[in-house]
Amino acid sequence: MSHESSVKITLSNVDDIVSMRRSARDFAKRMGFGLADQTRLATAVSELARNVIQYAGSGSGEMNDLSTLARLIMRVQISDQGPGIEDIDQAMLEGYTSGNGLGAGLPGCERLSDHFLIESEPGVGTCVVMEIHADR
Amino acid sequence: MEFNVPILQLGKLLITTLQFDLSDQQVVCFQRDIVQEVSTRDAQGIVIDISALDVVDSFMARVINDTARAVKLVGAEVVVCGVQPYVAMTLVEMGRNLFNVETTFNLEQGIDKLKQLTHTRY
Repeated sequence: MSHESSVKITLSNVDDIVSMRRSARDFAKRMGFGLADQTRLATAVSELARNVIQYAGSGSGEMNDLSTLARLIMRVQISDQGPGIEDIDQAMLEGYTSGNGLGAGLPGCERLSDHFLIESEPGVGTCVVMEIHADR
Repeated sequence: MEFNVPILQLGKLLITTLQFDLSDQQVVCFQRDIVQEVSTRDAQGIVIDISALDVVDSFMARVINDTARAVKLVGAEVVVCGVQPYVAMTLVEMGRNLFNVETTFNLEQGIDKLKQLTHTRY
């Protein structure tokens, strides 16, 4: 493999949102994803990183290349030790927002991903795993 | 981190552009500067070119929507031009009504649209 197959990013302030989505895009580009995939990935990562900064204050992101011979698979895991989400079903509802967003963040990210998993425990933190897939 | 928004004037119309990934801080400066310039220069409308943006997340979409609403409140019109095809597809995939402003393909059409909206003669 011609590039690092795992990259970690620390999220501690708003500027890290931009660097996180930039490195996610670069990572996807190096893996061979097209522009459409790079864009939906960078957008979803931007949403998730913003949630971390807004609700938890800090956290981290990790990108991994899990490609097989037939498919490109990029996994991004974004986690924090913030307040957690009381009701995930509610947070995943279209139009629901507890902050000042458009309420499109989490459900939007799910639609932009090929695999999306969110786990959260109040008082412990939140972890989102998302993947984008493409045929080689 | 100060940041000066480049604003061009064309008669009673203004033209500005979002050229790179703005930090949240810069986005707020952008919003404030745009509304202020429209007001102090007594402009009838402004075109915001976003062809250089390769990511528009829901935060950025809200900033653009809010800017447009504030500009309308001071009495001018707003047109956003140059939404990249992949950005458009992503916005649609992400959710309905994320982008609630007049849009055109490019700057030229943006100016035409503004003229229609404001009935400005040159």
